[in-house]
Amino acid sequence: METRIRRSARAAFLALAAFALASPALAQEEEVKLAPQDWTFTGILGQYEPAQLKRGFQVYREVCSACHAMKLLAYRNLAEIGLSDDEIKAAAAEKQVTDGPNDQGDMFQRPARPSDQFVSPFPNDQAARAANNGALPPDLSLIVKARHGGPDYVYAILTGFVDAPKDFKLPQGMYYNTAFPGHAIGMPPPLTADRVTYADGTKATLEQEAHDAVTFLNWAAEPELNVRHNLGLKVLIFTIVLTALFYGLKRSVWSDVHH
Amino acid sequence: MSGTANANRLVRWIDQRLPVFTLLAHATTDYPTPKNLNYWWNFGSLALFMLVVMVLTGIFLAMNYTPNAALAFTSVEHIMRDVNQGWLLRYLHMNGASMFFFVVYVHMFRGLYYGSSKSPREILWWLGLIIFITMMATAFMGYVLPWGQMSFWAATVITNLFSAIPWIGNDITTWLWGGFAVGNPTLNRFFALHYLLPFVILGVVVLHLWALHTVKSNNPLGIDPKGPQDTIPFHPYYTVKDLFGVGVMLIVYMFFVFYAPNYFGEPDNYIPANPLVTPNHIVPEWYFLPFYAMLRSIPNKLLGVIVLFGSLIILFFLPWLDTSKVRSGRFRPAFKIFFWLFVADGCWLGWIGAQFPTESLVVQGRIATAYYYLFFLVVLPLLGWFETPRTLPSSISAPVLPRGGAAAMEKA
Repeated sequence: METRIRRSARAAFLALAAFALASPALAQEEEVKLAPQDWTFTGILGQYEPAQLKRGFQVYREVCSACHAMKLLAYRNLAEIGLSDDEIKAAAAEKQVTDGPNDQGDMFQRPARPSDQFVSPFPNDQAARAANNGALPPDLSLIVKARHGGPDYVYAILTGFVDAPKDFKLPQGMYYNTAFPGHAIGMPPPLTADRVTYADGTKATLEQEAHDAVTFLNWAAEPELNVRHNLGLKVLIFTIVLTALFYGLKRSVWSDVHH
Repeated sequence: MSGTANANRLVRWIDQRLPVFTLLAHATTDYPTPKNLNYWWNFGSLALFMLVVMVLTGIFLAMNYTPNAALAFTSVEHIMRDVNQGWLLRYLHMNGASMFFFVVYVHMFRGLYYGSSKSPREILWWLGLIIFITMMATAFMGYVLPWGQMSFWAATVITNLFSAIPWIGNDITTWLWGGFAVGNPTLNRFFALHYLLPFVILGVVVLHLWALHTVKSNNPLGIDPKGPQDTIPFHPYYTVKDLFGVGVMLIVYMFFVFYAPNYFGEPDNYIPANPLVTPNHIVPEWYFLPFYAMLRSIPNKLLGVIVLFGSLIILFFLPWLDTSKVRSGRFRPAFKIFFWLFVADGCWLGWIGAQFPTESLVVQGRIATAYYYLFFLVVLPLLGWFETPRTLPSSISAPVLPRGGAAAMEKA
C-alpha cells in the first residue's frame, strides 16, 4: 500500500512536471530580464488599491491619452475605480464625439457621455502614424495581457529610457529603451518626475507614476480581477472541503472491499 | 435490480413502455467492475466531466459571441467586460480545454501502459482515438474564434498543411478557407464546426461507453475477472471514487481559472488579428506542441505532414503492434522502461515544439520523432517476442485474499 501510494505520487509528479515543461509560459524567446515589481493585485489575495487606480487614471488622462487609445473601455467603467458620477461626466465631456444623423439628416459633434467608449486621440491608424513619425501607438485596453511579462514588462518600458550605448546605432527619431525588444522604440520617454501633480498629495516620482499607470492599465485589461480573486478563494475553499467529504465517503463506501 | 422489478408503480409503468430504468440499472448498479482499478482509471470519467463542462460553457458563450472577422475580437472582450460573469464563462472554457486534453492524455497513456487496447478492446480503443482526433479539430477551431494574432496565424499555418498534398493541395486549401486567405468565411465555418463537433464527440462517447460495457473494463493486472469475487458494482463503488476524482481535478482547474487564467495562453492572442503582421514566434496551444515539433523537425513539407498525421494513424494499429500476450505493463519489466522513455519522449517533443527552432533543436526533434515511431514500429512488436513477463496472478482476488480468493468463491 505504502509503496503504491509513493509510486502513484511519483508518477503524478512526473506528469505534472511534464505538463509544466510543455507549457507555453516557458516558450519565450530570449528577452530582457524583467525586474519583478511589487503589485497589490498579484497573489491569491491580491486586489487593486482604489487610490492607486485613481492616480493611474490621472496619469493616463494627462499623459498617455495624448497618443494612446483605449477603445475597449467606456467612461461609465470608471465608476468601478471609484470616480463619482459627476467626475465621470466631466471626464467624458472633455472629448467630442460624432453623433447623428439628427432630424435634418446631418451628423453633429457633441461632448462624450458616460455611455461612450473612450474617445481615441486619432481618427484612424494612418493619422496616428502620420503624427508619430510613422510609429503606431498601440491601443492600451489590453496591453498588460498582450505582452510577455505583463505588468512588469510595461513598467520596465515606462522606466527603461536611458541614453543609448555609444556603439548602438539609434535610428533617427527613435529612443533607447532597455526593456523594448531591439531597444529602439518610437515612443519618447512619457513619464518624468512630477509629470503629474497628484490630487491626494502622493509624491510623483517616475517610479510612482509608472506604478500607478501600470496598475490602471492592468485594471483596464482585467477589470474583473477583484471579483475573480474574491470568488476564487471561496470556490477553492468550497472545492477542497467538498473533495475531503468525497474522500471520506469513498473510504466509507469502500470499507468492505478487500483490494 | 432492474426497473421492472422496482417497487414504485410509476417507475414500473414507465419502464414497461420505455426501459430507461432498466438501462440505467444495467449501466450502473448491475455493471460488474473489476475491484482493483487504481486511480489511473479515474481519468475516463474526468474526461466525460470536462466534455460536459465545455459543452455547457460553450453554449452560453455562443449566445454572446459574434462570428465575424470585424467583430469577433471585440465580442470576446464584450463577454469579458459586459456580460454578467462572462469572464468566468470564458476562463472556464479556455482553461477547460487544457484540463480536457490533460486528462485525455493521461487516459490514453493509462490505456497504453495497461494494454487496454488489446483484444477484445480494439474497437473501444479506436473509438477513443476518434474522440481524440475530433477533439483536436474542435480545439484548433475554437482557438481561432477570438480572432487574435495567434488565432489568425495558427489558422494560416495549420490550413496550409493541406497545401502540401501533391497536385490538388492548393485547391484544397482555398476550398477550406472559402477564399484566397484565412478570412471571414474561414471564421464563419470554423464557428459552425466548433459548435457541431462536440456533439459528434458526445455521440462517439456513447459508442465508446457501449463498447466498454460490452467488453468490460480492463484492470491494473490485465487479467479477466474470474467470477463475482473479482468484481464490484459500478455504483456506488466507482461513482463515489469518480466523484472524489472530480473534486481533486476541480481544485487544480479552479486554481487556474481564478488565479492564472491566461497561464496556458499566448499574450499575442490579446492583439487583434492582423494579416499584415506575422508574429515572430507562432506557437500552438501546449497540447499540440509534440505534434508541432514533429512537423518542424522534417525539412520536407509533404513528408512533415505525413509524419504528423502518421503519428496519429499509427495509434490505430497499437492493438497488433503490441505483440505481448500480457496486457498489463506491471508484469513486463522491459516494456516498463520503454514506456516511461516514451512518456519522456512525448514531453521532450512538447518542449521542443515550444522553442524557437534552432539547428540543435531540429536535431533533437528528429531524434525524439524517431523514438516515437521506433517505439510503435520496432520496440513494441519485438518486446512481445524477447521479453520474459513476470508470472501473472491466478485471479484479481489472488494477491489480497487467502488461497487466491477460493474461500470467497466458495461463499459466492
